Amino acid sequence: MSALPDAAVLELPPPVDRGWPGKRIAGHVLVGVWILLGLALAAYLVTAWNPELFQRYAPTYVSGLGVTLLLVGVSTVLGALLSIPVAAMRMSNSRVLSAIAYAYVYFFRGTPLLAQTFLIYYGLGTFRPQLEMIGLWTFFREAWYCAVFAFTLNTAAYQAEILRGAIESVGRGQWEGAESLGLTKWQTLRMVIMPQALIVALRPYGNELILMIKGSAIVAIITVYDLMGVTRLAYSRSFDFQTYIWAAIIYLAIVELLRNVVELIEKRLTRHLKR
Amino acid sequence: MRITKRLALGLTAAAFAFGLGAANAQETLRIGTEGAYPPFNNLTSDGKLVGFDIDIANALCEEMKVKCEFVTQDWDGIIPALQAGKFDAIIASMSITEERKQKVDFTHKYYNTPSAIVAPKDTTIKGVAKEDLAGKTLGAATSTTHYNYAEKTYTDTTLKGYPTSQEFLLDIANGRLDAVTDDVSVLEEWLKTTDGACCKVVGMITPVPEIHGEGAGIAVRKGETALVEKFNAAIDAIRKSGKYKEINDKYFPYDVYGG
Repeated sequence: MSALPDAAVLELPPPVDRGWPGKRIAGHVLVGVWILLGLALAAYLVTAWNPELFQRYAPTYVSGLGVTLLLVGVSTVLGALLSIPVAAMRMSNSRVLSAIAYAYVYFFRGTPLLAQTFLIYYGLGTFRPQLEMIGLWTFFREAWYCAVFAFTLNTAAYQAEILRGAIESVGRGQWEGAESLGLTKWQTLRMVIMPQALIVALRPYGNELILMIKGSAIVAIITVYDLMGVTRLAYSRSFDFQTYIWAAIIYLAIVELLRNVVELIEKRLTRHLKR
Repeated sequence: MRITKRLALGLTAAAFAFGLGAANAQETLRIGTEGAYPPFNNLTSDGKLVGFDIDIANALCEEMKVKCEFVTQDWDGIIPALQAGKFDAIIASMSITEERKQKVDFTHKYYNTPSAIVAPKDTTIKGVAKEDLAGKTLGAATSTTHYNYAEKTYTDTTLKGYPTSQEFLLDIANGRLDAVTDDVSVLEEWLKTTDGACCKVVGMITPVPEIHGEGAGIAVRKGETALVEKFNAAIDAIRKSGKYKEINDKYFPYDVYGG
């Protein structure tokens, strides 16, 4: 035990005198500018504070926020479920399956969510007789279902790629080692590969969730009034820019919260990697 | 000395550029419009602006002897864009309402047509009273007087808000909506199309001045009284000269100016 020196005896490296090079000064100035901007925003909100406006629109903001969270929550979970078979197909040895999955991912990652939502709602709407024939019209009639459907398909494409990337990031040696121990493929995936892959996937998943929160702001074009939708309505009545600032602050708060949650989960998952 | 010289030179150049800019601004007037509201203002498939508003705007510009340039802008953001100086006047069938008057100045109306309700031909909706639409789903474009009226009046109706008229017209043709409300001239224009063949006018809405305002006017930034007066004079002039009637008759079989 005496081979290792006691931690308390270890000397810290002497502090380095960084001086004040131009870059450091510029950094401080920039931070100062940001702080000023933040203060100006706060000052604006205080001076522009309008209780009447708040009373009139606060309830609509709450309902809009609810719509945003529910829409993103439901479609992200459904998208996660759908992404598993897509990722599996993408990695499968069958050329056909892999090509189908590739085409799906290619389309949904390569076109704007706005266009996808619009096409699913208004585009499929023009095929009403055909949809009625196969009994799908009751589903596609509702804007809410169309929104969930479009968002699920979109996020599933991204999540499938995250999943695939994460699984492929785990070395081949892990598979081979597990095989030599007599583990089945499924066991290997579940107990050896996934625990390592999910650590890699966590950050991108967090990003995807954040992108979905912000991406959902387009859903008002199909009459689903989310946070952005109610903001636009409030603005078009009051012509007061505050309405947009409030929405921005709410979005920021959600994203900040998500970021912290992801960080916490990551700390917990990677505690065995800490030295 | 050299610094002063350079400064003077710079200032002269700046003043010159500014003077040139000011002169240009006087000659061209930028007109903001939506481009999604046929037959009043609409973009054709090759990106050209056409419609009653556009023809009126051109006639007014000709009357005022200025060059006009059109800028298309989403309806929701059209007033902020005017305030931000993206254009100098809005000619986009904007109803003159009290709410909007707090933000912009208006000319006199240049037309005034009532709102109507349109529904599929086999509809059970008999009229436009609150009870007639109870339990139905009604579509309208948000940030319009039609939407505001529906929201205040049809409290037992599910009201769905759309970005422009184009979308709710798609949705009534698809059968997602039981009825839609908009300006009667817009709806009648649509009824003539293949999509519009599904539907008919079930009734006209009696205008409520507090909501519908006094007709469609031209909006300019607050305080630009001179421009308002120029526009007003030009509106009167084209009314007198018969130019207005000529444009009116090109689009409508009736007089849209209103009483």
